[in-house]
Amino acid sequence: MSENQEKKEAKVLLREVVDRVYQNAWDAKKRGEPVGWSSSKFPAEIAEALGLAVCYPENQAAAISAKHGGQRMCEHAESLGFANDICGYARISLAYAAGAECEEKTMPQPDFLLCCNNICNCMTKWYENIARMHDIPLIMIDVPYNNTTEVSEETVAYLKGQFQDAIKQLEKISGRKWDEKRFEEVCQNSNRTAKAWLKACSYCQYVPSPLSGFDLFNHMADVVTARSKPETAAAFEMLAEEYEQAVKNGTSTLPYEEKYRIMFEGIPCWPELRALFKPLKAKGINTTAVVYAPAFGFVYDNLDEMMRAYCKAPNSVCIETGVDWREGICRENKVDGVLVHYNRSCKPWSGYMPEMERRFRKDLSVPVVGFDGDQADPRNFSEAQYATRVEGLFELMEANKAQSGGK
Amino acid sequence: MSARYTMGIDIGSTASKCVILKDAPNDGREIVSKALIPFGAGTSGPARVIDQALADCGYRKEDMAYVLATGYGRNSIEVANFEMSELSCHACGAHFLFPGVRTVIDIGGQDVKVLRVGERGVLDTFVMNEKCAAGTGRFLEVMARVLEVKLEDLATMSAQSTQRVDISSTCTVFAESEVISQLAQNKNRCDIINGIHRSVAVRVSGLARRVGVVKDVVMTGGVAQNSGVLLALEKELQTEIKTSPLSQYVGALGAALLAFRKLGNLEA
Repeated sequence: MSENQEKKEAKVLLREVVDRVYQNAWDAKKRGEPVGWSSSKFPAEIAEALGLAVCYPENQAAAISAKHGGQRMCEHAESLGFANDICGYARISLAYAAGAECEEKTMPQPDFLLCCNNICNCMTKWYENIARMHDIPLIMIDVPYNNTTEVSEETVAYLKGQFQDAIKQLEKISGRKWDEKRFEEVCQNSNRTAKAWLKACSYCQYVPSPLSGFDLFNHMADVVTARSKPETAAAFEMLAEEYEQAVKNGTSTLPYEEKYRIMFEGIPCWPELRALFKPLKAKGINTTAVVYAPAFGFVYDNLDEMMRAYCKAPNSVCIETGVDWREGICRENKVDGVLVHYNRSCKPWSGYMPEMERRFRKDLSVPVVGFDGDQADPRNFSEAQYATRVEGLFELMEANKAQSGGK
Repeated sequence: MSARYTMGIDIGSTASKCVILKDAPNDGREIVSKALIPFGAGTSGPARVIDQALADCGYRKEDMAYVLATGYGRNSIEVANFEMSELSCHACGAHFLFPGVRTVIDIGGQDVKVLRVGERGVLDTFVMNEKCAAGTGRFLEVMARVLEVKLEDLATMSAQSTQRVDISSTCTVFAESEVISQLAQNKNRCDIINGIHRSVAVRVSGLARRVGVVKDVVMTGGVAQNSGVLLALEKELQTEIKTSPLSQYVGALGAALLAFRKLGNLEA
């Protein structure tokens, strides 16, 4: 490693990892190799073990939204006939697949699709539409909804069957033979990334936190697009080391003094990051808990455990597991309140929030405040309404602290 | 010790309100001036309402020991020492007028809020409307315009209703076309207005049930002056709802009261 590379911060390395994922896909396309589009929680280990280049529409849609192209792309999809109340990521992706011009974040058009409905139920129809548009194979892994905290043997067997079938289809698409040894190596990388990601996230427990929780939203891109790569694991390990050092030095990536700590529930409103951050900054509020930490930090030791791990995504677990995840990080990371994003793009996620809110209030005794927004479509967000709600949350947290004789 | 004065300014989306308070015996507070200008954030309303409130009581800005701004336009008031959300201000103001208050329903120009209030007038929790004008003061303004009646006449006309007319849509634009269609069918305007009030009540009571309705229930904001909406809400929630002629000033009143609290903290 050259001296210049040694000086790079983890966040720079993490950005480069994601950039490389997309560059690899362009290179593969140029070489005439097939390129896939994958949902964020499709077992990435399969394509990685076969050396297939894969891009991630959810990540692309988030990037386009953050660069303020979301509304234009959503409107393009609407002009194709898609309703304005289906997922904003889906609309952006469908518009891109249909050829809408988009400078914000490009990626090669797909030759095959990898769809897993553990992350979202809209995903199936979204990918089916793209498969028809491009006349390409859709490889589906169906994760049944699970109303219990445990994953049954039958579900594991059902998933393993689909997993094996996906391998066969991808062997055909890639023209490569499945290599069990390579697969084991890829799984090791994935586990190493997950452990490093969890470790980095765990530094939110320190008061004050050495990081702004919004950083984790950005680093999510790596967990989604490159979790099976050794360079991702190495970059996350470096990030954890940086946080460790920051705790020792008493520094933080948060650009203001942390007075209150909250959990931000849901996907951020990517087109409105500045507006989201502004009232939080004004009131000294740091996000120290996001559900992505437990949702993407899945560790497994064997194939059965891997199947079980892929059953655990925010929208595919039962409400008890969802509550446990969230209340666990709220307690560990010592939050004073919860800010819930009622995400107009995500009906499942918003659908279970009223009960989740009730549980947070009852179990955590912290104020919980909701606001309406959207992960990709800025038309569903009102900056003034959001600011009032954050101020209301701040005033509730302030009153709580005063009552308990705190600050 | 000479009397201290505080000013509360509530800049809403459709009106600006200002209240000046002074110390009263036994740690009480007394309203010495109040003003309302029917122009809100981004207009001449904020400056005019401050001038009018001061002119009415003969004091100057410099006489105010603390100025607290609230409402949609709270961040653009230069004379303010501090800004707070209208949530805490409405809770505090409603508690001053009705010490037994536990639930506040505030229907303003573009916001609907339902607040649960603790024993000392401290905000416990709240819910607010989504990004939609349905059920707000603006909704009623649009309907009054379509019906060619004055906003202030809605309540008396609603009371004359004899037949039930349902306005089912929750969207302002679609509700407007529904009203037009009822008018085209020669339906009585009083009945239509009654239906509009019921649709507001259904919408607002849905929000209220989310935080839980606990007595005493107090309605604040400009729409509280419309007895038609108040009655429809009482029916919908099956509970008595109190209000005050000062309903539009509750946010500004709360701001002036909280200004005293801030002053107390500074002096402590």
